[in-house]
Amino acid sequence: MQIFLGESIAGQSAIGRGMDMNTQITIAGVDFKNPVMTASGTFGSGMEYADFVDLNKLGAVVTKGVASVPWPGNPVPRVAEVYGGMLNAIGLQNPGIDVFLQRDIPFLKQFDTKIIVNVCGKTVEDYVEVVERLGEEPAVSMLEINVSCPNVKEGAIAFGQKTEALYGITREVKRHAKQPVIMKLSPNVADIGEMARAAEAAGADALSMINTITGMKIDIHRRKFALANKTGGLSGPAIKPVAVRMIYQAAQAVKIPIIGMGGIADGEDAVEFLLAGASAVSVGAMNFVDPYTTEKVIRGIEEYLETYHIEDVRELIGAVR
Amino acid sequence: MKKRVSARILSQREMENGIFDLWLNPMEPGFAEAVSPGQFVGVYTKDRSKLLPRPISICEVSGDRSSLRLVYRRGGTNTGTYSLSLLDGQTCGTVDILGPLGNGFPVEKGKGKKTLIIGGGIGIPPLVELSKRLEARNQIVIGYRDRTQTFLARDLEDHGKLFLATEDGSRGTKGNVVDAVRENQLGADIIYACGPMPMLRAVKALAAELKIPAYISLEEHMACGVGACLGCVVKTKEVHPHTNVNNARICTDGPVFEADQVEI
Repeated sequence: MQIFLGESIAGQSAIGRGMDMNTQITIAGVDFKNPVMTASGTFGSGMEYADFVDLNKLGAVVTKGVASVPWPGNPVPRVAEVYGGMLNAIGLQNPGIDVFLQRDIPFLKQFDTKIIVNVCGKTVEDYVEVVERLGEEPAVSMLEINVSCPNVKEGAIAFGQKTEALYGITREVKRHAKQPVIMKLSPNVADIGEMARAAEAAGADALSMINTITGMKIDIHRRKFALANKTGGLSGPAIKPVAVRMIYQAAQAVKIPIIGMGGIADGEDAVEFLLAGASAVSVGAMNFVDPYTTEKVIRGIEEYLETYHIEDVRELIGAVR
Repeated sequence: MKKRVSARILSQREMENGIFDLWLNPMEPGFAEAVSPGQFVGVYTKDRSKLLPRPISICEVSGDRSSLRLVYRRGGTNTGTYSLSLLDGQTCGTVDILGPLGNGFPVEKGKGKKTLIIGGGIGIPPLVELSKRLEARNQIVIGYRDRTQTFLARDLEDHGKLFLATEDGSRGTKGNVVDAVRENQLGADIIYACGPMPMLRAVKALAAELKIPAYISLEEHMACGVGACLGCVVKTKEVHPHTNVNNARICTDGPVFEADQVEI
């Protein structure tokens, strides 16, 4: 007698009647049970969402950016809603690497999912310090280097808008990193292909994109900026077409894999990113809208594969040229 | 535990100009029962261009603990940048809610005490369930702009001695809630408050002056409502154990804080 458990086992999903389906993907030698991750900064370290989703089902949890010391972040208001999305200027508030390693990593280790840690800093030395500390933690599968946060004055995006700066920091991080390195790119650049090539040439193992698009909102009744920081990063479904276009362009420019993000709300959105050239996807602002979005995206991708009788999710990657 | 659930709209009416009174029956056993006063829910609107759930405080839980009452201001500037009406005056059907969110008022701390329950404007609703649950000698002081808006005053009257303040003096004390406290020479062992920031600052000062604890409910523009995005923070006196900086998350570590622990 066969007992149907209805569970995915190591990327082998069996939602179709008898259809064998592979949802597993590999990036820089790291295997993920499915291509669905969480965008940095939208999922904490998973703790807040463990009430809603089974973290074991996710391809990876990508943590909120962590720096060498605690950062207090920006003044409030830090968030504002806009048509089809939101603006944020959190300013990379984080508890610092010590607390992160003592508390957040042990929490995440309880789950059967991959851990990708997002790293931020003000100087190259800051980044290197965090990268070295994380090198001692084998539970961390990959590092994502944040060179694209638009909401802090020093570091971050200063490294992400000029090819030479991006090349330099990627080289330096790669020299110290024990884990494969993902460079998270900014959409606030003139030529995304050029940026992607600079990161690849410096040794990046993968790219993730897009970070938020710089925006602004003015409260016309109070005649004030909606955010204390004046500008903020736009995210949510409003930016999806920009993300798809940029991922397509970057995928044409480089050979290294791309983790795509930007307003993904369901499985169909995720498939669109894969077709544009992403090897995996991250759910970002939509976690705030519906805390169950990650699981919904995973199911949606499986349904798509079943509908079109596609046995391997990898067949979708970059399939539209 | 926090959940997103569908809720039946039992009734919705405009109590006063722009102030809506909504009764919801969450279709999830135990949801309403688990609510403590001062907690809030995220309410999903039908407008697909407005994605984030609206954080709205819970005004009251029905006597049989099955339903929730929300009293909210349409287009209130303090509930975020949310400019559209919540449900477009919908009076039937269902709506999704996320919750119960946040930590409520410490009701047990008021037991057997003389309390001052202070509210201003759209901060008044959560005080209804609070004053109902408090086994205390409640003195309720609420402030409005003028006599045309005195929503929930009648509801609160049943749960303590009520004092009113209006900015123009058309009802009760002319001035704010602290003026009303002074005019009526009200003393207390503990303060609970919810209202606009200037009022909460005045309440914090009053508590310091009377040397009594005050628990205040804060609000801030929120995105996730569950503590992940770090959008809604308040500066804290001490380094907060979760954030490891002088910041606490209003949605999860609050919205109720002890007044002398936060820098407002």
